[in-house]
Amino acid sequence: MADVDNAAREGAVSRPPAGETLIALGVLALSAVAFWQTLVIPVSPLYARVGPTVIPMIAASGLGLCGLALLALALRGGWQDEEEKATPPDLRALLLLGSGLLANLLLIGPLGFTVASMILFALTARAFGSRNLLRDAGGGFVLAIVAYLGFARALGINIGAGPVERLIERLISLVI
Amino acid sequence: MDALSQLAAGFAVALTPINLMWCLVGVTLGTGIGVLPGLGPALTIALLLPITFKVEPASAFILFAGIYYGAMYGGSTTSILLNTPGESATIVTALEGNKMARNGRAGAALATSAIGSFVAGTIGTLGIAFLAPVVVDWALRFGPADYFALMVLAFVTVSAVLGSSAIRGLTSLFIGILIGLVGVDLQTGQARFTFGVQELTDKIDVIIVAVGLFAVGETLYMAARRRTGKDEIIPLRGSLMMTKEEWSRSWKPWLRGTAIGFPIGAMPAGGAEVPTFLSYYTEKKLSPKPEEFGHGAIEGVAGPEAANNASAAGVLVPMLTLGLPTSATAAIMLSAFQSYGINPGPMLLQSQPQLVWGLIASLFIGNVLLLALNLPMIRIWVKMLEVPAPMLYAGILVFATIGTYGISQSPVDLALLYMIGAMGFLMRRYDFPTAPVIIGVILGPLAEQNFRQAMTISAGDWTVFFTRPLAGSILAIAAIIVLAPAIYSAVQKRRAAA
Repeated sequence: MADVDNAAREGAVSRPPAGETLIALGVLALSAVAFWQTLVIPVSPLYARVGPTVIPMIAASGLGLCGLALLALALRGGWQDEEEKATPPDLRALLLLGSGLLANLLLIGPLGFTVASMILFALTARAFGSRNLLRDAGGGFVLAIVAYLGFARALGINIGAGPVERLIERLISLVI
Repeated sequence: MDALSQLAAGFAVALTPINLMWCLVGVTLGTGIGVLPGLGPALTIALLLPITFKVEPASAFILFAGIYYGAMYGGSTTSILLNTPGESATIVTALEGNKMARNGRAGAALATSAIGSFVAGTIGTLGIAFLAPVVVDWALRFGPADYFALMVLAFVTVSAVLGSSAIRGLTSLFIGILIGLVGVDLQTGQARFTFGVQELTDKIDVIIVAVGLFAVGETLYMAARRRTGKDEIIPLRGSLMMTKEEWSRSWKPWLRGTAIGFPIGAMPAGGAEVPTFLSYYTEKKLSPKPEEFGHGAIEGVAGPEAANNASAAGVLVPMLTLGLPTSATAAIMLSAFQSYGINPGPMLLQSQPQLVWGLIASLFIGNVLLLALNLPMIRIWVKMLEVPAPMLYAGILVFATIGTYGISQSPVDLALLYMIGAMGFLMRRYDFPTAPVIIGVILGPLAEQNFRQAMTISAGDWTVFFTRPLAGSILAIAAIIVLAPAIYSAVQKRRAAA
């Protein structure tokens, strides 16, 4: 409850912070989606009293109440830590990291685990300030292929084979 | 002394070469991930959950428990040398431990925390061995209504009491419960919250939630704030031995920390933050040199470290005896039980004595191994702190892919992982606790099951939760816990106004 007091004190001087207001609205939106999804659950009259919607209803309402409380806090000045608020997020790093994740998601099917991981690895390292793209890509490739072969050979689990994995498997079977 | 003979049988399980190996792997891995900033036991165990398809239950839990204990030891190293506590429970260790390291006493700080962890872990594990059967006797009388009430109490304390804000904790909890509800309702066969996506009818795996929050979310958060502040590793100079004075200032805090940590951890409320802070303030009060606090007082490391480990042991009591996880790691372990088709709860000690007592025995062995791993070999672990952040986080994301997509081969899982990761980033940035999400995912469906059973038994009568003495009093306690701070601050305000 300390943040209520803080918010009350700060609220008089500053206007509501955009970040916290958006977060509160996001929580309210989530709660609305939860209500909507709860209402589309068909309920057989057989289970009407302890049916599949009781707990979802409670959780959605709880989330809604929390969203309202958060909105109230946001309008009174927000709750975010001063130090955190003073640190603007490094958008370039987030963008690099986000594109790495997206590339992984899109490429892992067609190109296989190793290639997708290599790209993810290199872009992540770049997001954290590494300058040597080639070395990172190489490191990522080695890590991924070792992990792939480890899972495939030792545990018999295929963690996502693509052209590269099939080629390497064929090379290995030629040598052995 | 039934517990003693059971424990002896447990040692027979834990001391087989294969299980000793699992224990050693667990504590080594645990120490490593504890040392590395950004990795925690909940994430590691989540990534290793797929081994439950291949490995016997006893061995898997010995591995997981080793990771759980090991991470506590390793985490203190990072707090002391790097001043970046890996998890909230080691914040207090960083307060005095990092100051000691700056004064050139890093060795003594590491030693007192390792030995303190050993003392607390050993006493705490003894506590599990003797307390668990007692709780079980008591818990056999619980009905579904009582279980539901207990779960509500756990929900409330984990989310509303332990974090910095009740509202944000409860928000996290409700999000977790809603994620846990996704999928086909087992009782009626109705799909819930699936948005028509076929993959979602099969429920969202807790692995995805844990890896999304702890690996992807954490990586995004660290990348976003990389430029600010540089972490400075304090070199480990001088002797690792504690002086005679340091020994005599340490042993009482170890024991007091254990006495504070274990009971609080063992309560169905859990949490390691409260006991570490309590221990810190106790030591500060009792210290003959209170002026040293804030400048590197050894009591301020010894006490909280012991409290942290004792409460970690305590958390296993409600987990094993009631099936009630009160930390993110315990929740992931519970899902490991579920994947074996084992239901933790009062029957567990009778139905799986080998598993439970083998696990407890291996905790004793793990503690000994950890002391050996952490004192003489500390310099090797310190080297791990030098892993460059770009490599560390890039590697974490690759392993996150293996743990989710690699096992299921489902792009939907990967997309969900990143969505939950983005949510985890916002939660970190706006100070929402993440543990209640995991606990909601795991405990939510169990709470619903007990709720429905209770309602079926009572023929739909809602009052059953208040008329049963046990359920009623537990729910009353939960209500007091939520409302008391608000009432208290309202009273204070009125008094201030008058």
